[in-house]
Amino acid sequence: MIEIENLRVERDGTPVLHDLSLSLPSGGITALIGPNGAGKSTLLLAMAGLVSPMAGRVRLDGCDLHAMRPQARALRLAFLGQDQAQASRLTVRDLVGFGRWPHHRGRPGPADQAAVAGALSLFGLNELAERPVSSLSGGQRQRSQIAMAHAQATPLVLLDEPLSALDPRYAREVMEALVAMSHDAVAPRSVVVVLHDLGMATRYADRVVALKQGHLAASGPRREVMRDRVLSDLFDTGLKLREVEGADVVLPA
Amino acid sequence: MAERRLVPLALLLALGCAAFLLWNLHAPMGFILSLRATKLAALVVVGAASGAATVLFQTVAGNRLITPGIVGFDALFVFLQTMLVLALGSAGYATLPTLPAFLIETACLAGAGVALFGLLLRRGAGDLIRLVLSGLILGVMLRGLSGFAQRLLEPSEFAVVQQASFASFGAVDRAQLALAGPLLALALLIAWRLSSRLDLALLGRDKAITLGLDFDRLLLGVLALIAVMVAVSTALVGPVAFLGLLAAALAHALLGHPRHAALLPAAAGLGALILVAGQFLFERLLGFESTLAVIVEFLGGLVFLALVLRKAAR
Repeated sequence: MIEIENLRVERDGTPVLHDLSLSLPSGGITALIGPNGAGKSTLLLAMAGLVSPMAGRVRLDGCDLHAMRPQARALRLAFLGQDQAQASRLTVRDLVGFGRWPHHRGRPGPADQAAVAGALSLFGLNELAERPVSSLSGGQRQRSQIAMAHAQATPLVLLDEPLSALDPRYAREVMEALVAMSHDAVAPRSVVVVLHDLGMATRYADRVVALKQGHLAASGPRREVMRDRVLSDLFDTGLKLREVEGADVVLPA
Repeated sequence: MAERRLVPLALLLALGCAAFLLWNLHAPMGFILSLRATKLAALVVVGAASGAATVLFQTVAGNRLITPGIVGFDALFVFLQTMLVLALGSAGYATLPTLPAFLIETACLAGAGVALFGLLLRRGAGDLIRLVLSGLILGVMLRGLSGFAQRLLEPSEFAVVQQASFASFGAVDRAQLALAGPLLALALLIAWRLSSRLDLALLGRDKAITLGLDFDRLLLGVLALIAVMVAVSTALVGPVAFLGLLAAALAHALLGHPRHAALLPAAAGLGALILVAGQFLFERLLGFESTLAVIVEFLGGLVFLALVLRKAAR
C-alpha cells in the first residue's frame, strides 16, 4: 500500500506538488491522468524516491520511502521514466537482465536467467534479444524497458507514459501485459502508470488519480473518476464518456 | 564471445614489450636492459592508467566523447607546475627530493582533479556541450593564469616549466615509478571490481538508482579513482591528453559492447600497447627521441574529431 502524506515538491524552485495526500491500495492498475504540467511525472518521481520532497512523505507498506537504502527500494519498486539513457551497444537481453540486478548484485544465477527469458517472451522480444538497443525503433526500445521493469519482479511498478512511442497494437499489448502483471495469481503487482490516452485509462485502469496544477483533483475507482464532468473540469474542455461497441471511449463534447 | 579478443591483445602487448626490451640489445646488456625496463614499465603503467581512466570518466559522464584531458586536467597540471617553479625558483624546483615532490604533486593533482571532475559532472552531466564548454573555459582560465605567472618567471625558470608541460618517457625516476606502479595497479583492480556497478551506471543516474545502485557513492569513488590514475601518471611523465580517448575508442571498437569487465582491461591494454609500440617504432626503428607524445596527441585529436563529426552526422 502506498500512502502519500502532505507531499510538497519543488522543481528548480517552482512548486509542482502542493500538500498532496493520497492512498493507493495494493494490486491493480492505477492511472495517473491530468493536463500537461499537472505534476504527474513529478509525483511518480517522488514515489520512486528520485526527487526529495520539501515536506511530507511517501510510505510504502508503512516504510518511509526516502529513508530506505537504494537496494531495499529496488526490491520493492521498479521505475520506468521518460528519460531513458542511450545504453548504446547493450543488447536487449543485457538491458532486460539489468532488471535482475537488485536480486543478484552482479552475479546472476539460473533464477535470474529464467526471469529474463520470461520477460523477453512476455513482451515479444525473443527475436530482438541479441540486437543492440541502439538499433531498435522507439517502440521496441520502450518494450525492452518495460520488460526490464517486469524482470525486476517488484510488488510495485511505476511507469511514466510507457505508451508514448508505441503504435496501437503494441500499446494495447503493453497495457494487457500490465493487466496480467497486476492480476498475476502468484505475485500480483501494483502498477501505477501515467497515461495521456484517456481511452487506455478508461479501458484498463482499476483506479484513476487525477491531478491538476499540482493538486489532487479526483481519486478513486475508474467509474467514479472517469465521468464527463470530472474530465471536462480536469482538462478545461468539454469531454464526454460514451460506450461504443461495449467499450467506454472519451469524446469531445 | 567478445572477451576472447582480449587474448590476442594480451599477446600483442607481450610481444611489444619483448621487442622493446630485446631489440638490438648490445653490451652492456644488464645496464641497457635495466634502463629499458624502467622506461617500459612507465609506458605500460601510464598507458594502462590513461585508457582505464578515460573509460571510467566516459561511463560516469554518460558520454563516449569525453576524456579527463579535454575538461582542463592538463591545464591544471601546467598551472601547478608553474606555481611550484614560481614559488621555489628553478634551482629550488630542481633540487626538490623526487619522492616527496612526486607525492605532493600527485596529492595536489588528485585533490584538484576530484574537485574539478565533481564540479563538472554535477553541473553538466548528461549535457555534453555544457560539460565540454565548462571544461574548456576552466582550461582557458587556468592557462591564462599560468601564462600570467610564466611572465613573472626568469627565462631559466620558464624553460623548466616548458619542459615539464610535455610528456616525457625518457627520464622516469625509478623511486617514483616504484610507488606509482603499485598505486595504479591497485586503482585498476578496484575499478575492475566495480565493473558490474559501472555497467549499471550506463543506464543513467535515475534508472541506476531505481535498480539499487548508490549512484552518488559510486560517482565519488570513481572520480577519486580517475583523479588518482590521471594524477599519478601525469606526475610521473607529464600530460598525455588524448591517449586515453584513443585507447577507449579502440577498446569499444575491439569488443563491440560496453561491459566493463572486458572494456577496462581492453582500454588499459590498448593504452599500454599504443605507448609501447609507438615508442618502439619511433625510438628503436626510426631513431627519434621524444616524438611519441606529439604523435599520440595528434592521433587522439583526430579520433576525437572523427567521433564528434560521426555523432553530429547521425
